[in-house]
Amino acid sequence: MDRSTTAVELKGITKRFPGLVANDNINFELKKGEIHALLGENGAGKSTLMNILFGLYQPEEGEIWVNGKKTVIDGAGKAIELGIGMVHQHFKLVQPFTVAENIVLGNEPSKFGFLKYRKANQRVRDLSERYGLKVDPQMRIQDITVGMQQRVEILKTLYRGADILIFDEPTAVLTVQEIEELIEILRNLAAEGKSIILITHKLKEVMALADSVTVIRRGKVIRTLPTSETNERHLAELMVGRDVTFEVEKSKKEPGDVVLSVDSLRMKGDQGKQVLDGISFDVRAGEILGIAGVDGNGQSELIYAITGMRGVNGGSVKLNGKDITNRTPREVSLAGISHIPEDRHKHGLVLDFTLSENMILGSYFDPQFGKNGFIDFKAMDTLADKLVNEFDVRGSGIHAKARSLSGGNQQKAIIARELWKNPDLLIAVQPTRGLDIGAIEYVHKRLVEARNEGKAILLVSFELDELYSLSDRIAVMYEGRLMGEVDADHRDDQQLGMMMAGDASAVAATEGRK
Amino acid sequence: MNTMRKIFDKSSFLVPLVAIILGLICGALAMLAGGYDPWMAYTALVKKLFGSPYDIGEAIRAITPLIFTGIAVAFAFRTGLFNIGADGQFLMGMTGATIVGVTLDLPWYIHAPLAIIVGGLFGGLWAALAGYLKAARGVNEVISSIMLNWIALFLSNYIVGTYLVMEGQQKSKPVHESALVSIKWLSESMGNARMHWGTLIALIGVVVFYVILWRTKKGYELRAVGLNPNAALYAGMNVNRTIITSMFISGVFAGLGGVFEILGVFGYQTVMAASWGYGFDGIAVALLGGNTPIGVFLGAVLFGGLSYGSAGMSFGANVPPEIVRIVIGSIIFFVASHGLVKFFLKPFMARRSNKGKSEGGSAL
Amino acid sequence: MKKQVGLMLMIILALTFVLSACGSKSHDNTNNSNKGGNEGAASPGTSGATSKLKIGMATDVGGVNDKSFNQSAWEALKKVTADTGAETKYLESKGDADMEPNLKAFVSEKYDLTWGIGFLFTDAMTKVATENPNSKFALIDAEVDLPNVESVSFAENEGSFLVGVVAGLMTKTNKIGFVGGMEIPVIKKFEAGFKAGVEAVNPEAAKSMKINYVGDFSKPDLGKQAAATMYDAGVDIIFHASGASGNGVFNEAKSRKDAGKDVWVIGVDKDQSLEFGDEITLTSMMKGVETAVYKVSTDLINGTWQGGKVVTLGLKDNGVGLPETSTKNVPADVLAKVEEYKQKIISGEITVPVK
Repeated sequence: MDRSTTAVELKGITKRFPGLVANDNINFELKKGEIHALLGENGAGKSTLMNILFGLYQPEEGEIWVNGKKTVIDGAGKAIELGIGMVHQHFKLVQPFTVAENIVLGNEPSKFGFLKYRKANQRVRDLSERYGLKVDPQMRIQDITVGMQQRVEILKTLYRGADILIFDEPTAVLTVQEIEELIEILRNLAAEGKSIILITHKLKEVMALADSVTVIRRGKVIRTLPTSETNERHLAELMVGRDVTFEVEKSKKEPGDVVLSVDSLRMKGDQGKQVLDGISFDVRAGEILGIAGVDGNGQSELIYAITGMRGVNGGSVKLNGKDITNRTPREVSLAGISHIPEDRHKHGLVLDFTLSENMILGSYFDPQFGKNGFIDFKAMDTLADKLVNEFDVRGSGIHAKARSLSGGNQQKAIIARELWKNPDLLIAVQPTRGLDIGAIEYVHKRLVEARNEGKAILLVSFELDELYSLSDRIAVMYEGRLMGEVDADHRDDQQLGMMMAGDASAVAATEGRK
Repeated sequence: MNTMRKIFDKSSFLVPLVAIILGLICGALAMLAGGYDPWMAYTALVKKLFGSPYDIGEAIRAITPLIFTGIAVAFAFRTGLFNIGADGQFLMGMTGATIVGVTLDLPWYIHAPLAIIVGGLFGGLWAALAGYLKAARGVNEVISSIMLNWIALFLSNYIVGTYLVMEGQQKSKPVHESALVSIKWLSESMGNARMHWGTLIALIGVVVFYVILWRTKKGYELRAVGLNPNAALYAGMNVNRTIITSMFISGVFAGLGGVFEILGVFGYQTVMAASWGYGFDGIAVALLGGNTPIGVFLGAVLFGGLSYGSAGMSFGANVPPEIVRIVIGSIIFFVASHGLVKFFLKPFMARRSNKGKSEGGSAL
Repeated sequence: MKKQVGLMLMIILALTFVLSACGSKSHDNTNNSNKGGNEGAASPGTSGATSKLKIGMATDVGGVNDKSFNQSAWEALKKVTADTGAETKYLESKGDADMEPNLKAFVSEKYDLTWGIGFLFTDAMTKVATENPNSKFALIDAEVDLPNVESVSFAENEGSFLVGVVAGLMTKTNKIGFVGGMEIPVIKKFEAGFKAGVEAVNPEAAKSMKINYVGDFSKPDLGKQAAATMYDAGVDIIFHASGASGNGVFNEAKSRKDAGKDVWVIGVDKDQSLEFGDEITLTSMMKGVETAVYKVSTDLINGTWQGGKVVTLGLKDNGVGLPETSTKNVPADVLAKVEEYKQKIISGEITVPVK
């Protein structure tokens, strides 16, 4: 093998955890200057492998070769020394520090113990210009966007002299525009001679970005191949191990009566800003209304307002004609609204409760789960057993903590619980975030089924594919207002993107086409 | 039953046990360094605890208030609150019981229960005040409850010193006989140790602690709020009301601890220069017991037993009581630093599993 | 790497914790002349009165190093051991609830005499002494009316009178202050005696005397605050009877003295000039706790112990008085005046009020 063109080579890496072989005799090769995607479902062993390369785990078997030399990486310090940098999915930045301070943190240019700010700022500016990573070194992290924060993370690794960059699910937190910018950045880096490993489970990104791809399933390498010789469907099959359908079967359906009616809803945010600024829309029985928009334009607040988790200061919410404005979450839930929350760890589940306990989270007070203030554990377990079977929630049983379930199964449990309440309106916010293909397929199927049964569904998502394949109508949200609707049957990313960016002329275009 | 399993898993016992042993070793080292005989000292400690019926009785007397404050702190902890104000609630419980015990004169079957209930309510409402401040104004309960400790101390002193005081003394008039909860026959058979019904109530309190949290809907709510207030809000629970409820129940437990010191042990309340610190010891007890019902009970027994037995070490081996504080301090230190104990355990665990492996290998 | 450093830190912390804790406490809580080889061999020859008696004392929450009552009492018992060979031992009470079992511990170990130090012991001693009529007890600063208890109290008013004389004669601003701990009868006795003493030599200063009860015996900050207020009002001599709260009075006086102000404090219970220095301590109203404990304990050894009696030690018994170090700051003519009043009190010519 030609050592001079190989940046990293992993040979026969095996890593075991109690009851699990996370990496099973893995061989992986990263060539210099290439973008190599590491593709696999959640839990396939991608992160373990990269943590081994970054020195956070030690493999039980196998060898690591970096730039043609066999090495033992016994810590992140060693990895950095070898020129390996990692951009984590969850950024490790000090919020009140400036961009420059964060970048030089741990390796500050200093004289007699004093930080030389001007020098730090200058170095950061040089780096950002060289790689086309636009940042302002003097801004504070808490004041800049997520996409900008990611660039800071990248600069951090470059500042430490990294030649081999590992990106862990870099697009998970980014908007459409930011993803495009990131793609540009990665291409620049590769052109500058950096070698890049991209951990992802998104097929589209692999195809758009990577030169070659290694597919991992259940701790084993399935195939390594150049992206030019494959396509999304083929990769999905390799990744999941079976044929996957992307298209959701969805028949045309005439929507029924108005279920949810939101009228000029207004809400003030913590800083006194009007985060909801007069929002009006209806959702009818048997239809899915998708809400598109860049994260942070009031989608979360809209859902909080409808579900009663936060109060509004104007407008009304009606369910089946009944006013439920500013009611408590329990009253809203009893009125017939189910809610699959955006963040399943924050809102959806009590992670340290058992699966069984989580199944009655919104209905524990119901007499069917016990009388006289006591909980009827048998009734609770019976429900949990039923839902686990029906929705195929896999884990170590209903008495295991919710924390122990995989993300997909956690989401299945929430969907099971929320559909079991047989709501008139189902609110689903980012229902497939962080899920792998198999789970996404399942969630989509369930949502469409619910629609077909005549439920009204309000779907908030940042994934355009998801919005287009599920929604009957798509409304675009921008700065607390609805910009307008787009045709769900005729996809136009350009126009949608402009609306999401608040461009009013794009709205006129849709109106005209109608 | 699953909840039972969750509460009593193996490592939750092993770590405190090893921590206790390490603490005892540390104490022994301290004694050796000071020129005392640790073996003799520990023997004397045990002898002091179990040597005579009087000592057994008095040790139980010393343990009882710790059970109350221990479950008070643990209860709040389970619901995501740090009730550092158990001390103040304890004092308010004492004061409530003293007020009823001194000023009213009722038949015993009304008087004693009334004094207990009023004392419990005093403690509960005092804690609920901190809960209310958190719920309504977002004031951190650690800060408000620790400040309420001082207010409770001076308020109690004021009430006792102004309205209930015995002429020319720094203490209240004696509580009426009808409100006392001493167990005369038991005291007499135990060398006049101060035995009282509060101990039994404390044990019932441990059971109530378990039943409320793990058997009732209210407890389900309390735990949900404790583990994830956001999810609780999403599930339609009234998080603020739950915080107040939790503090109230916690305060009732602490208050009852104070009640029985008055009605069962002293029969009067003094104007105190400083609190007795049972509330703060309760934090250590809750920590020792991992906030579980049985754990808190055992923690209180250990803590109270060691404190009471320390006099025995002074007597039997001339060890100053400070050394006993070192032992107690070390045990808490080791329990609190799980990581350290696990570090000490690791070689043993590893050796065991290695041994298992190699033995398995040689057998083949 | 980081983890290991953290761990090392923990271990070091733990070690310091243990070592410092045992380093701070190296003394023994038992006195026994037969323990040390030399002493044991020497004592039968040098001292005729060797005793096999055992005397115990229970401290209140202050503990044996409180630089006050408990410490004085323990000093006395150490002297008893040195002089007679009797075995003595103390137990510290960590809270009010400990007092009873501590007394009881001595009883069950068959101690010949058990001391309770301080008025807080009143109830516990009443109970334990009633239950054990054959054991002997002694109590400082309070009264228990039982045949097997000897109660020792002090004529604080008499001693306070004398320091009042000193203050009345030596004030330059004609303003004198009194800082009390809690407003309880025993402290009222200090105030009454002090005021009477000032009045005897300087009626004007007595009329404008500033009195402040800080409400606590263990809050130096309150004492400091009280002293500051008084000094600001022109007071130049403060007599305090407030336990550890008085440390704050001394502290305030020190900082004023350092700033060139001419202020004084009169100490209480012990000769406090030994602790706070001659620059600020004018004199002290010494309470002979040590004398009392020594006397009652040796009475027992000599067979003259009187149960059921309440002994009040006044000027004539040397139970209260001024320390010898007073000569440093108090001129001879003032001391002569003090001696004159002392004799008048002893002879009964003057009766010092108690409240």
